Amino acid sequence: MSFVLRRLASAVPTLFIVVTISFFLMRFAPGGPFNLERPLPPQTMANLMRTYQLDQPLWRQYVTYIGNAVTGDFGPSYVYKDNTVAELIGKGLPYSMELGFYALLLALIGGVLMGTVAALRQNSALDFSVMSLATIGTTVPNFVVGPVLTLVFAISLSLLPAGGWGDGSLRFLILPMIALALPQLAVFARLTRGSMIEALHADHIRTARAYGLPGRVVVVTHAMRGALLPVVSYLAPCAAALLTGSAVVETIFTIPGVGRYFVLGAINRDYTLVMGTVILIAIFVIVFNLVVDILYGLLDPRVRHD
Amino acid sequence: MAETSDTILAIRGLKVDFTTPDGVVNAVKGIDLDVRAGETLAVVGESGSGKSQTMMGIMGLLARNGTVGGSAAYRGRELIGLPPSELNKIRGAKVTMIFQEPMTSLDPLYPIGRQIAEPIVHHRGGSYRDARKRVLDLLELVGIPEPERRIDSYPHELSGGQRQRVMIAMALANEPDILIADEPTTALDVTIQAQILSLLRMLQQRFGMAIVLITHDLGIVRHFADRVAVMRRGEVVEQGSTAAIFERPSSDYTKMLLAAEPRGHKAPPLDSAPIVLEGRDVSVDYQIGGGLFSGGHRMFRAVDRVTVRLREGQTIGIVGESGSGKSTLGRALLRLIPGAGYYRFGSTDISGFDRARMRPLRREMQLVFQDPYGSLSPRQTVGEIVTEGLFVHEPSLSKAERDRRAVAALTEVGLDPEARNRYPHEFSGGQRQRIAIARAMILKPHLVILDEPTSALDRSVQGQVIELLRRLQDSHRLSYIFISHDLSVVKAMSDYVVVMKDGRIVEEGETAAIFESPREAYTTSLINAAFNV
Repeated sequence: MSFVLRRLASAVPTLFIVVTISFFLMRFAPGGPFNLERPLPPQTMANLMRTYQLDQPLWRQYVTYIGNAVTGDFGPSYVYKDNTVAELIGKGLPYSMELGFYALLLALIGGVLMGTVAALRQNSALDFSVMSLATIGTTVPNFVVGPVLTLVFAISLSLLPAGGWGDGSLRFLILPMIALALPQLAVFARLTRGSMIEALHADHIRTARAYGLPGRVVVVTHAMRGALLPVVSYLAPCAAALLTGSAVVETIFTIPGVGRYFVLGAINRDYTLVMGTVILIAIFVIVFNLVVDILYGLLDPRVRHD
Repeated sequence: MAETSDTILAIRGLKVDFTTPDGVVNAVKGIDLDVRAGETLAVVGESGSGKSQTMMGIMGLLARNGTVGGSAAYRGRELIGLPPSELNKIRGAKVTMIFQEPMTSLDPLYPIGRQIAEPIVHHRGGSYRDARKRVLDLLELVGIPEPERRIDSYPHELSGGQRQRVMIAMALANEPDILIADEPTTALDVTIQAQILSLLRMLQQRFGMAIVLITHDLGIVRHFADRVAVMRRGEVVEQGSTAAIFERPSSDYTKMLLAAEPRGHKAPPLDSAPIVLEGRDVSVDYQIGGGLFSGGHRMFRAVDRVTVRLREGQTIGIVGESGSGKSTLGRALLRLIPGAGYYRFGSTDISGFDRARMRPLRREMQLVFQDPYGSLSPRQTVGEIVTEGLFVHEPSLSKAERDRRAVAALTEVGLDPEARNRYPHEFSGGQRQRIAIARAMILKPHLVILDEPTSALDRSVQGQVIELLRRLQDSHRLSYIFISHDLSVVKAMSDYVVVMKDGRIVEEGETAAIFESPREAYTTSLINAAFNV
């Protein structure tokens, strides 16, 4: 328990550093939120700058931002003018989290199962097909996979809706979930296969066989637990990848999540929105890293924390 | 072969083949062996003799590319070709095994109690809770202190000897007929080796199971086995009672193995011989733990105020068990790791020397490691490995001159100079150690620290490497520091012995004095463990 608290405490400086670096990087990028294709009249520009306090010195803007952010105020969006950043993220996040959760589940369970099967039948036709699928999953980007899935399952076969959230039922989730999960599923399958093959060659697996334990027990109890360790460590980067991957998938399937803000915020120089999404991703990564460490401790007594 | 009435495992025409990219390798070529009830049969051979693969084949534990043929009948029941589900009724119950490396042979992720219980639960039924009492009894039986507390420990929380005791507990759990012990003490310190062997003997007397001892160590066999089978290149070259094998060996190979025990001794250097290297009050501390947020760290003293003086032409043997600080001392003397104390090389005080100032001296002081596999880069040719030091220490040499030196160095260590265009993996363990020695010798050093240079080698190869080291010492007036846990090798190689324990010198003196009349109990126990198992 004290381990969790200690880790959460160490997350504060991490977040602070992430926020600081992003804040200044964003400001040093050329352009600004109000630099439109047709330049605004100087008077209007000055007014806008004053309204949003962008005329203040940079350090003061930074101090103000940090001060507000600590109280949960992430400022107004410069582009979606009637919304605060907190509102925008608050509205979109439930959709993205639900989609991300199912995608993570699919990637993890599917990847581990496929990787295990491939490892147990190493160099068989089954192994080669799983690994080919994994290669496709890694190499074909989801802006190709998404439309292809829509074309086949929604338009040609009319089995599933082509997009939108609808009533939020599973039917609407299946295609975006697959498009989002596929690259991660491929990584999990590869990781599992590799570590499983290694685990099956371990001396203690020979011991388990020498003591007459049935193959099922040898694989599940002894090989798989060790093989899952590298898989678990990938959970955190995977969660981050799912969040950013949702930018494309949510656009293709017109899902009202937060994914599009990652891209639009940056393109529009919507400073506050970018900062909001950066903090969101940072929190996700920190939380998932903590989850990974806790899981790791549960799986492996050698790194157990007290 | 005549099968006697008490034969419980009859092996006839057993073959083990491996399919490799280079073709089929016949690891075991149709051997006959009998295991009789309650006896200890030693299967002796060097690496690659097929002694382990014979047992792996019978137990259905071969690697995926291995196949087994012929016959092995346990109490009349054929084991070869049995489906795994049937074989599983015998292995782990009637026939059990312990292995060389108890650390990796146990699953690191489960408490030892659960691992010992696993074959009980599996073969006898019942729950893990039911098995707990039996596991506690077994832990007590194999001499694990505080079984109630230890039953929930993980393998990494135990010492090497305790781990092997846990493996033995697991092997005994179902009261087996046959216990196959595959190099059970090779990975352990000598004093622990002796304890494990006497535990096995005690348990055998109590429960009456047969023990098949697979080993390369003839010293163990002489005191432990009833009968011996000597294997070489997949064949049994000789078998018989232990006394007969040791007193009247019939095959040349057995005679060679028996003669391969290190022999000879070294005369001390003259008193007038100059001191080559001196370390006075050498201490080395390591920091344990400590991180950015975790705070406090502890210091661990690996070497504690040790003084060593090495004369020209002398060989100082440093002996001790793992963790005694002997390797750390060797590195500190060469100033490869920071250490407190006064250091002198020849007449130069090198106590305050940093890396840059040590560099010109490095060619004079070389180091040869234990593991001839890990210490040679797999991506360099032997020629590149051997001449690498010349680039640093004699950069002005022409390519032709370097090549000439490589040929000379390789010839000197008894390798074909053609070897310099090949890669380390194409050589055997003994040849690789010769390459490592050539790499040191090409620089014409004054002193060489040999850190367990023969420990990874078979006995017969060991003898050749020792001969080579002796010859090089004579022809180049070399001084050696010979670090080893193997007392028989130290006895043959060195004229002065330093016994270390927990970072301190327990006892030191001329080799003959140490081995014939040790003053300290610890030295005596080391010698007893090594020579009268």
